[in-house]
Amino acid sequence: MEWLSEFGAIAAMQGFNGLSVFCVLLLMALGLAIIFGQMGVINMAHGEFLTIGAYTTYVCSSLTAHFAPSFQPYYFFFAIALSFLVAGAVGWLVEWAMISRLYKRPLDTLLATWGLSLVMQQTFRSVFGAREVSAEPPAWLMGSVNFTDAIEIPRNGLFMMGLTLLLTATIFLMLYRSRWGLQVRATVQNRLMSRAVGINTRKVDRMTFALGCGVAGVAGAAFTTIGSTGPTAGSQYIVDTFLVVVFGGAQSLFGTIASAFLIAQTQSLSEFFLSGSMAKVLTLSSVILILMLRPQGLFSIKVRK
Amino acid sequence: MTAVGFEMKKPVLAIEGLTVSFDGFKAVDNLNLYIDRNEVRVVIGPNGAGKTTVLDLICGKTRATSGSIQFDGQELTKMREYNIVRAGVGRKFQNPSIYENLTVFENLEMSYPAGRKVWGALFFKRSAQVIARVEEVAREIFLGDLLQQQADLLSHGQKQWLEIGMLLMQDPELLMLDEPVAGMSVNERAQTAELLNRISQGRSVLVIEHDMEFVKSIAHKVTVLHQGKVLAEGSMESVQSNPKVIEVYLGH
Amino acid sequence: MKALDKLLGGQQNLIGIMLLAVLILVVFPLTLDAFRLNMVGKYLTYAFVAVGLVLCWGYGGILSLGQGVFFGVGGYCMAMFLKLEASDPQSTKIQSTPGIPDFMDWNQITELPWLWQPFHSFTFTVFAVIAVPVLLAFIIGIALFKRRVGDVYFSIVTQAIALILTVLIVGQQGLTGGVNGITDLKTLLGWDLRTDSAKMILYFISAGLLFGCIFIGRFILASKLGRLLMAMRDKEERVRFSGYDVASFKIFVFCVAAAFSAIGGAMFALQVGFMSPSFVGIVPSIEMVIFAAVGGRMSLLGAVYGALLVNYGKTYFSESFPELWLYLMGGLFIAVVMYFPNGLAGLWDSHGRQALAKLLRRKPAPKAEIAPVTPKAETKILETQP
Repeated sequence: MEWLSEFGAIAAMQGFNGLSVFCVLLLMALGLAIIFGQMGVINMAHGEFLTIGAYTTYVCSSLTAHFAPSFQPYYFFFAIALSFLVAGAVGWLVEWAMISRLYKRPLDTLLATWGLSLVMQQTFRSVFGAREVSAEPPAWLMGSVNFTDAIEIPRNGLFMMGLTLLLTATIFLMLYRSRWGLQVRATVQNRLMSRAVGINTRKVDRMTFALGCGVAGVAGAAFTTIGSTGPTAGSQYIVDTFLVVVFGGAQSLFGTIASAFLIAQTQSLSEFFLSGSMAKVLTLSSVILILMLRPQGLFSIKVRK
Repeated sequence: MTAVGFEMKKPVLAIEGLTVSFDGFKAVDNLNLYIDRNEVRVVIGPNGAGKTTVLDLICGKTRATSGSIQFDGQELTKMREYNIVRAGVGRKFQNPSIYENLTVFENLEMSYPAGRKVWGALFFKRSAQVIARVEEVAREIFLGDLLQQQADLLSHGQKQWLEIGMLLMQDPELLMLDEPVAGMSVNERAQTAELLNRISQGRSVLVIEHDMEFVKSIAHKVTVLHQGKVLAEGSMESVQSNPKVIEVYLGH
Repeated sequence: MKALDKLLGGQQNLIGIMLLAVLILVVFPLTLDAFRLNMVGKYLTYAFVAVGLVLCWGYGGILSLGQGVFFGVGGYCMAMFLKLEASDPQSTKIQSTPGIPDFMDWNQITELPWLWQPFHSFTFTVFAVIAVPVLLAFIIGIALFKRRVGDVYFSIVTQAIALILTVLIVGQQGLTGGVNGITDLKTLLGWDLRTDSAKMILYFISAGLLFGCIFIGRFILASKLGRLLMAMRDKEERVRFSGYDVASFKIFVFCVAAAFSAIGGAMFALQVGFMSPSFVGIVPSIEMVIFAAVGGRMSLLGAVYGALLVNYGKTYFSESFPELWLYLMGGLFIAVVMYFPNGLAGLWDSHGRQALAKLLRRKPAPKAEIAPVTPKAETKILETQP
């Protein structure tokens, strides 16, 4: 019976491993679900906003270590907020300078934001160097919690999950329970009509885009607890993230969560049997296959066109 | 035409028990509608009555939840859109839907029923026959002198005619027009009525329209839709004096 | 005949194609040394992809972000043949299993995999170079277009396919040579590819094939199918309800673009002497789109100039100012898309042609193939939400 409990422990840990992949994917996807799902803008530079958040956290960490070591246990909360603000502010600028001029040409937005991602990556490289940097996580995030003798769950993973839950809940409340969310959804459904009833759609667009970017920034801050940050840290996730959003059904927040979970667990569980690269091939291929069968995504509303 | 009397009586389009629901909302609800050969039928009804959805269902743009649409003995609900067109159903959209970057000639040529498959289109030749047909249709839709005009330079009314012309190129047995005179001047409306009366020779026409004067000038028979169901059907006069129709239109 | 005139796109375009021919077939070979000419030859192989993209993206409105897949598959097919030829038992006798490619030996593979077997035949290889990518495009096309996957989703899915193929190639080291790719390609049917004369000949073959592709592209655009592509891009519903199977036309033009890319890939393997996953993935695929965008998405000839210029710039800057290159590339991407959606060809149409005409004291030429049509295809998402 011993092998069975051991197998169970491995499966549980693999499952938890999948949960942290799920958290990164979901945090990335949440921002994109707002930008792509709600606004229909394809932002290929979305990964770079994650990188902005990660570097912001890194800078906070270095500054704290240098100037206020005693503040070290708490800096992380400050870093999360700052990551949100910095990424959001850059997003606000990008919307103003670029995206707002391309709303009627979605495919062109895709190309222009790809150009933007190149510029941003090179900027990171010029400022922070090509080598990966690591933010010093607070001591209370290190180590792991032992549930049983065999099952150890790392604390940073738990923290990530908590943060993901909190952020998801916040976004859900904002989109579906606040006046702003109502305006966003109205604008998405009928731009002209929204304008006619007095919604400043340009402002709504800009705020929505900035919010999506800010969420990616928070994802970046969370990202520093599980990996080190390089100029291309975020861009590695861009394809997966788009697939998550598309797979879930672009306009469904619940779909995004479910599809991030499915994709992360498939990836993680198949890694148990296959090499990492083959697991990725398998996961992505199944997503594409399912998308061919259900082009509108897993969870979508049938609407009258 | 070797059609015998029995053939002539059979409706060209028979819609029976047609239902479509969007997330529980029944836009069309157990609808029955029959259109005879060479008939001009106008469908009227308040906004949201399901008029455009009925056209969408016939031409395959929307798939029915249940029910059947028989056209010339073929079941349309299971056919692909392009096969429905090839079977002889032409449909004009509510907003004029033409190719703005092409000339009037090219717009009409695009609907010429040849070279409809990949290789056919690749080796399609603009034969004298094609040119003659395009010119004939262009004259019919009052655009005979504007063949080389780029389509986006046409007036709104001319664009509507052009789209009707594109359908005529296909020589459809059933022509469906969604608000053909929307945005037209009084003169253009009269011209369009004349056009419709002319092109309805030898084919059935199904029109959605709000303009009652226009409806009077073309309709053989009028169907009133309300909440996805037929509320009344008959001649224009009988429909206009129907108390149910008056209530729906004038409110409670 | 009128048909021939149409094929050449009238006098103006005849001049355009002659100018390009003179540049590629006369000016470059006379002025560049063997090394630089080979480099231009390499750029020309990218031009195949760009020409294909003009057809399917510029005219058809189908933005494929996975053209590297077809370039790669074409290239790999050719590279497999060349590798087998380079791995005869004589020259691989120091391996533990002589007669198989060196990287297989390093990966403890003792027998040539079945996938490689047919590539002993040159005839099969030439066939496969085109057939395999076209088949792949056909399958992708059927699956996506028949299911009406929207334009944006199509782009994302093709990008994911590029990622999948890269991961697959890198992961299956024993079968594909992994991240290094297939290297040390030496001879083609005994003909040494590494000599200057061979490179020169390959350059001319490349150029010839490229002009072949341009003529095919011209023919397609001048046909009714060309007009249908544009009509579909702007008013897909109208085309569908005029009795056309829209998906079949999209599949066709996507397959043509795939075939062009594959020819480019095969010529790349021949001229450069290796093939690796770095020409397959997301980044190269999207770079290929920028070649077409810079040249002008609506101009077959512009695409060639775009491929030449962007790659020349890339080589020049990454040799001299490697730091600047990504800024420049990114900036170029943004500027072209935002301000010059018709690229160089569009600029030439709106400014260059008049300037030239003034210079030659002739009346400005009437507008021809490259009409500066702003792409209207891509208005779907925001405007027409119900």
